[in-house]
Amino acid sequence: MVQDLQALDSHRKEFKNESWWGIRAAKSLLALREQEELEDLPNDYPSSTSEDEGDSGGERKHQKLLKAISSLDGKNRRKLAERSEASLKVSEFTVSSKGSGERLVLSDLLELVKTSSSLATVKKQLNRVRSKKTVELPLNKEEVERTHREVAFSKTSQALSKWDPIVQKNRQAEQLVLPLVKEQSAFAPIEHVLSGWKARTTLEQEIFNLLGKNKQPVTDPLLTLVEKASLKAMSLEMAKMRRAELQRARALQSYYEARARREKKIKSKKYHSVLKKGKAKKSLKEFEKLRKANPAAALEELEKLEKARTMERMSLKHQNSGKWAKSKAVMAKYDLEARQAMQDQLARNKELTQKVQVASESEEEEGGEEEEGDLLVPDAVNEAHVTTDGPNPWMVRNHSDDTKEAEIQKDSEQLPEPMANEASESEEEERPVAEEEILLKEFKESQSLRKMSALNQDTKPVGRQETGDSSTQEVLSKLRALSQKLNKDNHPCRKQNMGSVRTVLSTQREGPAGEEEEPLLLQSPERAQTLEELKELSKEGCFQNEELPRPALEGQQVERNNQPSAPKKKMKEQMIDLQNILTTKSPSVKSSAVPTIEELEDEQEREQKQMIKEAFAGDDVIRDFLKEKRVTVEASKPKDVDLTLPGWGEWGGVGLKPSAKKRRRFLIKAPEGPPRKDKNLPNVIINEKRNIHAAAHQVRVLPYPFTHHQQFERTVQTPIGSTWNTQRASQKLTTPKVVTKPGHIIKPIKAEDVGYRSSSRSDLSVIQRNPERLSIHHKKQLKKN
Amino acid sequence: MKVKMLSRNPDNYVRETKLDLQRVPRNYDPTLHPFEVPREYVRALNATKLERVRIWNLTKRNCIRTIQAHEGFVRGICTRFCGSSFFTVGDDKTVKQWKMDGPGFGEEEEPLHTILGKTVYTGIDHHWKEGIFATCGQQVDIWDEQKTSPICSMTWGFDSISSVKFNPIETFLLGSCASDRNIVLYDMRQATPLKKVILDMRTNTICWNPMEAFIFTAANEDYKEVYHTKRMQHVICVKWTSDSKYIMCGSDEMNIRLWKANASEKLGVLTSREKTAKDYNQKLKEKFQYHPHIKRIARHRHLPKPIYSQIQEQRIMKEARRRKEVNRLKHSKPGSVPMVSEKKKHVVAVVK
Repeated sequence: MVQDLQALDSHRKEFKNESWWGIRAAKSLLALREQEELEDLPNDYPSSTSEDEGDSGGERKHQKLLKAISSLDGKNRRKLAERSEASLKVSEFTVSSKGSGERLVLSDLLELVKTSSSLATVKKQLNRVRSKKTVELPLNKEEVERTHREVAFSKTSQALSKWDPIVQKNRQAEQLVLPLVKEQSAFAPIEHVLSGWKARTTLEQEIFNLLGKNKQPVTDPLLTLVEKASLKAMSLEMAKMRRAELQRARALQSYYEARARREKKIKSKKYHSVLKKGKAKKSLKEFEKLRKANPAAALEELEKLEKARTMERMSLKHQNSGKWAKSKAVMAKYDLEARQAMQDQLARNKELTQKVQVASESEEEEGGEEEEGDLLVPDAVNEAHVTTDGPNPWMVRNHSDDTKEAEIQKDSEQLPEPMANEASESEEEERPVAEEEILLKEFKESQSLRKMSALNQDTKPVGRQETGDSSTQEVLSKLRALSQKLNKDNHPCRKQNMGSVRTVLSTQREGPAGEEEEPLLLQSPERAQTLEELKELSKEGCFQNEELPRPALEGQQVERNNQPSAPKKKMKEQMIDLQNILTTKSPSVKSSAVPTIEELEDEQEREQKQMIKEAFAGDDVIRDFLKEKRVTVEASKPKDVDLTLPGWGEWGGVGLKPSAKKRRRFLIKAPEGPPRKDKNLPNVIINEKRNIHAAAHQVRVLPYPFTHHQQFERTVQTPIGSTWNTQRASQKLTTPKVVTKPGHIIKPIKAEDVGYRSSSRSDLSVIQRNPERLSIHHKKQLKKN
Repeated sequence: MKVKMLSRNPDNYVRETKLDLQRVPRNYDPTLHPFEVPREYVRALNATKLERVRIWNLTKRNCIRTIQAHEGFVRGICTRFCGSSFFTVGDDKTVKQWKMDGPGFGEEEEPLHTILGKTVYTGIDHHWKEGIFATCGQQVDIWDEQKTSPICSMTWGFDSISSVKFNPIETFLLGSCASDRNIVLYDMRQATPLKKVILDMRTNTICWNPMEAFIFTAANEDYKEVYHTKRMQHVICVKWTSDSKYIMCGSDEMNIRLWKANASEKLGVLTSREKTAKDYNQKLKEKFQYHPHIKRIARHRHLPKPIYSQIQEQRIMKEARRRKEVNRLKHSKPGSVPMVSEKKKHVVAVVK
């Protein structure tokens, strides 16, 4: 019974499995069965040795198959099983064990098919079916949706990840100006704006009628003919050329202005006098030209000169009557230059007051030379010449003034000439001398410079020497320590050693004095020292032991390091005794009545303590704490103020100290503050520095982006205002992170703006391309529609 | 005899015109300025105090046009990306498209298109580049402007979705928020929802960041900034202007208000000195923002009394909660009580 049930179960399972291959597999099976039936009809009982068995087996299988298929609907599964049990167990011929564990395998079915070649296609199909694995259960709707969503999410997040670097960049940017892309302000011509517009209301229509009457173009183009013509008057190229010209002119002008400004700043008088002369010459030439070309204009020029003359005559500017002239007059007796200057002024006056002759036609014929001479040198040199020629300005003046005066003036005129010559000669003489002097000066300067540099060089090595000295002192101390160590051994060579050290030092001290003049040789005193040191060390080594020097040196260093700490340790130990009394429990007095177990426990405890002590032998927390407390207490005590001024009221200087009396007098003792709160609390340090008023303004917790309080303090410490920074720096420090402009629309960032290729396909087209993805609900809706 | 004189370039100390500022030579040596930090601190205090609300009366904001769009409530409105038309949804289950410009002379006010739907729509948003819009209600529908039926609709569970918004950068992305405290993201191209986040508070609406494609803000009760004035009642909707300078809000007492987004900001053209002063003040505020007094002033808002007292209450509660958490952390085995970041505290669950 049970076996049969199992067999059936197995069958069912198989069929169940097979049915899950899909409807196609089931269909093919059915088709196969039909085929078999069809084949059975013509091939009734095919000849074979195991005819009966095969037949019976086949029939049974057939039955089973039918049962199994019919049981597929699942309704009468149990019934079938019940029904089958009898037939399986009790066979007509034998008690067969086949039915119990037998399974229907495809190959059994195929055995029959093998014979006929016409069923190749079916065979193939079956083979294919067999080769395929069983398909899993289709997931339920929710799970399918979830997988869809997960896939879609990963896809989308991948698509969005391309923005990561840009967002990162924008967040870290010093300044972000929004909108990112500058808008191009586009002005649409009014014709375009109004193209689609029509007059609809009555008022508008009336206005348009009026415009039409006046031949005002209403629609495109809106410009009148005149306006158009004016627009066309200048072509673009012309305008461009003109603009370029203007630009060039402006540039030239600016160059000229810059040059003039530069020249104006030149202080050299000689340069200016030369310049003036040149200008005068030039103006003369021009005047000549003008006279030839355009006499009227020349006359105007002359009139200008005349005006200048009248102005000069009106003023006392060059009459040797000013403050300057008077001061010069005092000096004139002795100073050649002053005299010369006065003369020059007078000459200038004369030149200016000289009557300019209106050029007559007769003179014109004579040519420009004389005229040139006249204007250029209106001095006594040309006087005779002028007198012969015609109306003499001097004469005019002479007529008006006293003759004596004129004579005096003549004298004065004549006098300065040779003087001037002399002066010029002397100048000429002096010039080479001056040149020589300059050369000499230069030479001296270069010498001095060289000296200076030499000095500098000297000083440098001196500085080095000083550093060297310090290093030598170090070496000395080292060596001393070393020798002290050696002393312990009572080595005989000790004295020699010391001696050698001393000598080394002495040579080094002498060194700089002797070598000052050869700075180059002194370039590396340190190195020399080290070498010497090494030598010395090696010497010592040879005295004692060849392996000694280095460890000795190290040991000595260690000793040096330890030296300061050694006395402290002693102090500490003293302190600790006190402290131990304070902190450790007083040992309980043990009585004999106390049970031994407790003692044992005590012992254990003690052992434990001992262990802990041994484990933490290195760090003595209590001592450290006490030390810390002592230091803080000391620091918090108010300090005495010493107001003594050395050398005030008594002799001062190096090595002299102000007297004790004075010190006592000027020492202001600090008043003892209130007792510390932790005075009676040995295990506590109460910080009394905290100021409540200041605490209200202090930040209590370290703000987020900072990891250490020092960072935060530093940011607060650096000022950003222009009071403490240069303008540029403060501007840079105060640039806002994000800048927005009023009235400018901040459009969302675009892929094209930041250099990405935006997807060419529009979202709409993508949606329409994959309609099978649309949800079922929506499909229903579509069907309804 | 040659006399050497000190000579100074007048350019360094003489101003060009009378209107220029006097030049003040300064020595920036830090040793000469021992009080730079206290002085800047005081300046920061004053800079923070400047930030007071000043209410501006915007007169002559007259109404140009009035449309009787829907029967019943108008639940949502959005403009087309080009600004030529706008869409509305209402309680009468319709979606209507309207022209932005008013009707011409003699024309009647009529919508361009009207779509009759099956359910009530509670929100609408338009695509940023194409003729697509999305509505929400029972589900999120994506519509083509040319068609009368949605081209795709997406659901996740059953709840009424209050708002839907397109991502401005990656325009195929949508976000919606529903009444059961969740926010759902959708992909329009793949026509499927992507992820659902359930928060501890209900979100009224969401808003995408226009510069960072994957960031959005959810409107919850836990606010950061308060804009308040007298007689203002229940605020229904809020919008920033596109230049980020103003905020507009419509409230129950039938007023539209225009706010300066940053109350202490000066409107209009700034001179360069004003600008540098403003920048400096801003930077000072930023620099000293953690100092208690400055924090207090910067946080201060004039609020109606009930709100104020509620805030105080909330603050006390929050502090108590925080203290408790800290204590629990302190007195438990290290590692046994996890530290939950403030960001994660508000997320109840993330559904895939």
